[in-house]
Amino acid sequence: MAPVLEVSGLSTVFHTRRGLVRAVQDVSFSVNAGETLAIVGESGCGKTITALSLMRLIPMPPGQITSGSVKVDGTDLLQLDEREMRKMRGGKIAMIFQEPMTALNPLLTIGRQIAEMVMLHDNASRAVAKTRAVEMLHHVRIPEPERRAREYPHQMSGGMRQRAMIAMALACKPKVLVADEPTTALDVTIQAQILDLIGDLQKEFGTAVVLITHDLGVVAETAQRVVVMYAGRKVEEAPIKEIFARPSHPYLRGLLNSIPRVGSARGLDVSPDERLQEISGIVPPLNDLPVGCAFNPRCSLANDQCRAERPAFELKHGDHYAACFQA
Amino acid sequence: MSTPSPAAGATREGPITPGLLSDIFYLMRRYPLGVAGAIIMSGFVFAAVFATWVAPLDPFTTNARASLAKPGGVYLMGADMMGRDVLSRLIHGARISLAVALGATLIGSGLGAAIGLACGYLGGWFDLIVQRITEVMQALPLLVMALVITASLGPSLQNTIIAIAIPLIPTVSRVIRSNVLSLREMPYVEAAKATGMSEWRIAIIHVLPNTLAPLIVLATAQLGSTILTEASLSFLGLGVPEPYPSWGRMLSESAAEYVRTAPWLVIYPGLVISLVVFGSNLLGDALRDALDPRQRD
Repeated sequence: MAPVLEVSGLSTVFHTRRGLVRAVQDVSFSVNAGETLAIVGESGCGKTITALSLMRLIPMPPGQITSGSVKVDGTDLLQLDEREMRKMRGGKIAMIFQEPMTALNPLLTIGRQIAEMVMLHDNASRAVAKTRAVEMLHHVRIPEPERRAREYPHQMSGGMRQRAMIAMALACKPKVLVADEPTTALDVTIQAQILDLIGDLQKEFGTAVVLITHDLGVVAETAQRVVVMYAGRKVEEAPIKEIFARPSHPYLRGLLNSIPRVGSARGLDVSPDERLQEISGIVPPLNDLPVGCAFNPRCSLANDQCRAERPAFELKHGDHYAACFQA
Repeated sequence: MSTPSPAAGATREGPITPGLLSDIFYLMRRYPLGVAGAIIMSGFVFAAVFATWVAPLDPFTTNARASLAKPGGVYLMGADMMGRDVLSRLIHGARISLAVALGATLIGSGLGAAIGLACGYLGGWFDLIVQRITEVMQALPLLVMALVITASLGPSLQNTIIAIAIPLIPTVSRVIRSNVLSLREMPYVEAAKATGMSEWRIAIIHVLPNTLAPLIVLATAQLGSTILTEASLSFLGLGVPEPYPSWGRMLSESAAEYVRTAPWLVIYPGLVISLVVFGSNLLGDALRDALDPRQRD
């Protein structure tokens, strides 16, 4: 099966007063229809910029996508002109955002906002679009969709709004759904419902999902493949089971060790004392990366080689890629 | 359509799909001050439209014997120096004053909003150039600009409206521009971009409605100042020409001379102007709240 979304060598930079900030460097991945790929990493590692680059929503200037390609169904989005790109956005590749509270216009009804999208892409009449909006609200399991379609965002809870956002994103049956931290702003029970919902709709529509998150729990529940990013680069990529069973990169190991858990259910070597391990230090500023491996100042395994040259992103075993000399 | 709920539950939950009429009744109960403003304003509009029938006397007929007649009798609000009935002149003056106030405010706010929206949303060179022009306009006092414009266009109702509208543009466009600058960064604008909407459509559908609140407040506040500007222009002989009565001129002409001897010549026009400004502000405030779905529920 040919992948629906193929990203290769994507690099995005920002020209700022403090110099060139390389937010995303040489990131490649592909997602098949119906598959979920998770991109994980700390704040500031380039996850969101990657997502926005896929949609070509990077503010330019100061941002610039310097190289790479983003192919959806074989069409390279980075080569399209703005008008063609607008047709792709929402039509072929849609996005849901982190803040359901503010990602909907407070002055328009939910139904109207979904209908706008349908009218835009399917050339549907207002009446048809409205019916579609109600259908989509029903799809995302909002009770009483006819009534809810006439309500304004402030009349809905956070979870409801995120459902409405999902309804809007999927209204035109896009091939690819980019979900940027879709559950971060929601409480835990709602998170699970939203993730289930995305999973079910994905099966129904065969959508390829790129899930951006910092929550490894969410990853474990939903993704088939995982890309770990650090300081704008991919540092590890593997199928979900590999990621949790055999994390290669010390950064990923650090991330996994920093999650509180009940017992030692994951089969990792849990430290005997109850204290959580943290990764010391902070993410380096992207305009001033250390020489060698970007992670070396925070890495307990770092040696002279790590401090001198950047490790290549290579196959370590099976289907497991990592960029680390020590893995 | 849902079935109407029993009376007991109707107050809080209400019918699920209220019609336009019940919406209006609900809003009237919610904003009694707005209703007061609406009544005041519609009273003035009524007087302006039907002035010929409403006014008790002819506003142009002079009567030497009734010069500076005190209020009472035939002249309910007194008469001016030429013996013309103040009440009738006020009623006829509503035509000109409201035409000037509404016309200038609508034109000024409309153009100002359009320019502000374009500047805030497009930014770049366009914004830079328009902003510099705006600054030049703002450096001139409103009245001086209006004077220059009427002087070059000649005195007439139309030109008075234009002359008062143009100086309003910079203020409105500035406020709208700054508002648009912050709205442009709202997540829902980015979300709209992610749905493939064009910039132009986003500006109209998502940004413009969100600037309505400050626009309404600004416009209703300016309604009063336009009446006063018209008064000044008329006083200087550049507004609506005599013998057509305008509130502003009635007030300003008599203010200096008759305030001690015939105070009704000052009090009544002043009262009428204050009442219109008051009414438009009340209406504007209520309108702003009523148009915001977050305030509605």
